[in-house]
Amino acid sequence: MTTIAARMRAKLEAALAPTRLEVRDDSHLHAGHSGARPEGETHFSVTIVAAAFAGQGRVARQRRVNEILAEELRTRVHALQLRTLAPDEDRAP
Amino acid sequence: MTDTSVADRIKDDISTNDVVLFMKGTPVFPMCGFSAAVVQVLSHMGVKFKGVNVLDDPSIRQGIKEFSDWPTIPQLYVKGEFIGGCDIVREMYQSGELQDLFQNHGVAFKAE
Repeated sequence: MTTIAARMRAKLEAALAPTRLEVRDDSHLHAGHSGARPEGETHFSVTIVAAAFAGQGRVARQRRVNEILAEELRTRVHALQLRTLAPDEDRAP
Repeated sequence: MTDTSVADRIKDDISTNDVVLFMKGTPVFPMCGFSAAVVQVLSHMGVKFKGVNVLDDPSIRQGIKEFSDWPTIPQLYVKGEFIGGCDIVREMYQSGELQDLFQNHGVAFKAE
């Protein structure tokens, strides 16, 4: 597990107690793109399944995640693709 | 805090245009894959929208993030209401919610 990904994972686990959490580093797909860094770890896709999202709209869910990862988004992470699901919405995309 | 004049310009854009996309690049030439994806959805639906290129204006690029309390670009507004970024627009399109949203707000789009 890479450094930034591990830190994001730890923060999300602590804040949301997800029943499923996937953090995928997509940086290699964006090499050379603005915001990319040679060392990677700039573009991520994150899927979070958590009871905390139940009854919340999409914007509220993503705001919550953006708050939890505010430091990473400000300093290093250029793009964060999010799927935020309540447990009863968790099925194959 | 968002600069007052920047916030005023954003408010003006989202109140005088039914659908506004704050994006990187232009609808014809998007400069980012996520912006391009939203343009593609709106174009596919035949929705008329105004594209605001945040790369043209650093004050808008920062200002829209504070205005919306949303850290990333693109950002879609419909009738002055913040709808979301690329993931949300794509999910809403796939589930049919985006079509309902335009319908309910009286925004013209092509039925499929």
